[in-house]
Amino acid sequence: MTALVARNIVAGYVPDLPILKGVSLSAEAARVTVIIGPNGAGKSTLIKAIAGLVPVSGGMVHLNGAEITNPRPDRMGALGVAYVPQSDNIFRSLTIRQNLDLVLRNAGKDAAARREALFTRFPALADKQSEKAGALSGGQRQFLAVAMALAINPSVILMDEPSAGLSPKAAQEVLEYAKSLTEQGVTILLVEQNVKQALRLADHCYILADGRNQVDGAAQDLLNDPVVGQIYLGGKRVTHA
Amino acid sequence: MIQNLVDGVLVGSILSLGAIGLTMAMHMLRFANFSHAELLSIGAYAALVFDGLFGAIHPALPEAIPPLSLTWSLTLALLLSMALTGLSAVAVDKLVFKRVRAKGGELSMVFASFGVAMIIRNILGLIFGLNPKLYSQDIVFAIVVSRDPFLLIKPDQVFTLVAALLIMFILHLVLSRTTFGYSLRAVAENPTLAQVSGINLNRMIVLIWLIGGGLAAAAGVFYGLTNQINPVLGRDLVLPIFAATIVGGIGSIYGAVLGGFLVGLASNLALVILPSGYSPAVPFLIILAVLILRPHGLFGEERT
Amino acid sequence: MIGIISYLVFFATVASILSIAVLGLNLQWGNTGLFNGGVVAFFGAGAYGTLILGGTPQAGQLGGFGLPYLLALLGGMTCAGLVAWIVGLLTIRLRHDYLAIATFGVAVAFETVMRNTDALGGAQGIRGFERPLRETLGNGFTYNLAFFVFVLILLIATYLFLERLIQSPFGRLLRAIREDETAAQSLGKSPSRVRLTSFVAGSVIMGLAGGLYATFYAFISPQDVLPILTFQIWAMLIVGGAGNNKGAVMGTFLIWAAWTASGWALSRFAPLEVQLYTGSIQFVLIGFVIVGMLLWRPQGLFPEKLVVSQSAKNKSRLSNT
Repeated sequence: MTALVARNIVAGYVPDLPILKGVSLSAEAARVTVIIGPNGAGKSTLIKAIAGLVPVSGGMVHLNGAEITNPRPDRMGALGVAYVPQSDNIFRSLTIRQNLDLVLRNAGKDAAARREALFTRFPALADKQSEKAGALSGGQRQFLAVAMALAINPSVILMDEPSAGLSPKAAQEVLEYAKSLTEQGVTILLVEQNVKQALRLADHCYILADGRNQVDGAAQDLLNDPVVGQIYLGGKRVTHA
Repeated sequence: MIQNLVDGVLVGSILSLGAIGLTMAMHMLRFANFSHAELLSIGAYAALVFDGLFGAIHPALPEAIPPLSLTWSLTLALLLSMALTGLSAVAVDKLVFKRVRAKGGELSMVFASFGVAMIIRNILGLIFGLNPKLYSQDIVFAIVVSRDPFLLIKPDQVFTLVAALLIMFILHLVLSRTTFGYSLRAVAENPTLAQVSGINLNRMIVLIWLIGGGLAAAAGVFYGLTNQINPVLGRDLVLPIFAATIVGGIGSIYGAVLGGFLVGLASNLALVILPSGYSPAVPFLIILAVLILRPHGLFGEERT
Repeated sequence: MIGIISYLVFFATVASILSIAVLGLNLQWGNTGLFNGGVVAFFGAGAYGTLILGGTPQAGQLGGFGLPYLLALLGGMTCAGLVAWIVGLLTIRLRHDYLAIATFGVAVAFETVMRNTDALGGAQGIRGFERPLRETLGNGFTYNLAFFVFVLILLIATYLFLERLIQSPFGRLLRAIREDETAAQSLGKSPSRVRLTSFVAGSVIMGLAGGLYATFYAFISPQDVLPILTFQIWAMLIVGGAGNNKGAVMGTFLIWAAWTASGWALSRFAPLEVQLYTGSIQFVLIGFVIVGMLLWRPQGLFPEKLVVSQSAKNKSRLSNT
C-alpha cells in the first residue's frame, strides 16, 4: 500500500525560479524510502515541500489517498506526518524533558504517560532529561529529534539527512533505528548523503538531479547497479551543474 | 549615592517590564519596534480613564490603600488597562505591521513603527492635553528611611517594585513550568522548528503582542504612579528600553529583565557625576559600551 | 509681488537644503539599505561644526575660529562624517536593528549634549556667526537670492555626484549588497566596509545640508535638531521613492510645501485653543503619511526604475542545500 504520493511537484522559494521541476515519488507504507542525488538536486526542497515549508506551485501531494498539497506546517502533526529537519532539530535552550513536553502539549492527560514511554524507548535521554538539549552529543540530539517526532504517533516520518554530522557509528545507529520503526508500521521517507549506508537499509530509492527524477528502483538493485555504483558509491563523483 | 541606587532599581523594574515585550516582538518579527514605548503611554492613560470610571461607579473605590496613594479603583483600572493595551498592540499589528510584513519589507517595519509612534503619541496629546496628569492629587509624603546617608522612599515606589517583581516572577513560572512557556521559548529560538512541532506562529505573534502590551501597560501605570503621566512618556522611555534589550541581548527575556535593572541603575548612578540634563544621553552611552564590549548582549546569540 | 518672490526664494532655499539631506539619506537607505534613525545628529554635526569653525569668538563658548567659510563648511561635513564613522564602525556588522537603535540614540545624545553644554551654545544655541560675503551683498533680497543660487549649485553637484556614484562599479556593489549580501560576499568584497563607506558618505552629505541650514539662519540651536526633522526627511524620501534621486528631490519639495502650508493654514484658520496643538496635528499627519505610503505605495510616488540584478536571481539557488 502506498502511504505518501507526490506527483509532478514544482516548487521553489521564488515563484519564477523553481528548484523542483516536476518531481514524482511514492513512499510505500511501513517501508523505508530514500532520496539521494548530488548537491543542489532538490532533495531537501522536496521533503520541505511535502512538509509545507516550501510553497508548491504545481503538482499534488496525497497522504493515504487524501490531498495534502501545501499544508500548514504546524498542522502536519495532526495529519500523522512528522518532519525531522537536518540541523537545529531540537530546542537547545529547553531541557530534554521540556522538548518532549512541548510536542506532547496537546496530549492532555496522556502526556506524562507518553513522555515516560518515550523515555523507556530512549533510556539515554531519560538519564539526562533535566539537562539542556543543547548539551547533548550529536547522536543523542538526533535521537531526541526522533523521539520528538515519535511523540505525536506519526504514520509517516520525513527525515532530512539524519546522519549528517554524525560519527559513522552514530549514523549507523540512527539509520537502523529509523529502519526498525517500519516494523511498527511507520513509513519512513529520508534524504541521505550517506548513500551506501542508506541503500543498505532502504527498501526503495529515488535519485534526483537538477530538480527532476533521474532513476528509481528497489534499493538492492540500485546498490548493485554498476552505473549508480560508479556515480554515487565511491566511484568518480560527478557534479551536475 | 544610596538614593541613586534605590531610584535606579525602581526605574529599572519599570524598564524591565517594558523591555520584555519589546525583546520578544523584536526577536520574533525581526524589527526594532520604535512604537513599543507608546504602549506604556496607552497603558498609563487607559488606566487614568478607567480609574475615573470606577471612581464614579462606587464611592468606596477611590479610597486610597494606606499607606499608598494607590486606590482600589486604580488597581482594577491597572488590570483592565493591561488587557486593553495588549489588545491595542494586537490591533496595531493587524492594521499596520502585519500588512507591511506581508509586503516583505523587514526594514520598512522600522519606518512604520516610527510612524505609528508619532501617531499614537500625538493623538494621546490631542485627547488628554500636553500637561502632565497624576493618578492622585493627594500628596503622599516620602518616608525618610535614613538620614545618613540620606534616603527617601515613597510607599508607592515600594509597591511598584514589589508589583513589578511579582509580575516578572509570574512570567518566569509560565516560561519555566508550562508548555505555553516552552512554546514561547521555542518560537524565540527557532521559529521553523516550532512550526513543524505544531505551533501556530500567527497565534503566537498575537499572544506575544498581548503579553508585551500587558506588561508595557503595567510599566506605564507604575511610571505614572511614581512620576507623572504625560504624552511624551513613550518618547522619553524608548531609548532606555531599547538599551535594556541590547544589554540583555535581543531575544532574551531574562536578559531584558536584567538589562532593565542595569540601565535603570546606570542612568541614576550617572547622575552622581553628570548634571541631570545629560541623563537622556546615558542610555546611548550604555548601548555604545555594550556594542564595544559584548555586541550580542549578556544573553543574546549571534544572529544575522 | 516682491514679497511673494522673496518668500518663494526663502522656501526654495530651505527645500533645496533639505533635498541635499534627503539625497544623503537616499544613498544610505535607498541604495544601500541602511536604516538611519538619527538623521538630525549628522545634520546637526554639520551645522554646529560649520558655525563653531567659521564663527567669531564668543565668551564662554568653544570655537569662534573664524575659518574661511568654505573651510568651515568642509569642517562641518567632516564632523558629521566622524560621528557616522564611529557609530557605523560599531554597528554595521550587526543585525540591522542595532544600526537603527544606535543612530536613533546618537540623535538623542547629540541634542542632549548640545542643550546642556554651555561651551557648545547650550539651550541658546551658537551665535556670533557672520554670513559670508554679507558686507558685499548686504542683508536683503540680493543676499538671499545669491545664497539660494549657491545652495542650488551644491544641490545639483550632490545630485550629479550621486548619480555618477550609483552608475559606477561601487554603486552596483551597493545594490548587490542591498539585494543579497551573501552573493556580494562571494564576489570577494567585504560588505561591511562598503556599507560603512556608504553610511559615512551619506552622513557627510547630511552634514553639508546642516552646514548650509545653519549658514542660512546664521544660527543653530538644539531646537533645530529635534527628532521631528528626522521624520520629515524620511517622509520626503518615502514619498519620493527610495532609491531614486529625482524622486527624493521632488518628494522633499512636496512634503516641505505640505508641511509649511499645513502649519500656515492651522495658524491662520484654526481657533486659538487648537493652535497650541498645531505641532501635534502636524506630527499625526506626517505619521499617517509615512505609514500610509508604506501600506499603499511603498515604492513612492516617483519610483526607481526597476533593475533586477543577477544576484537576486541566484538567491534561490543559494538557499537550496
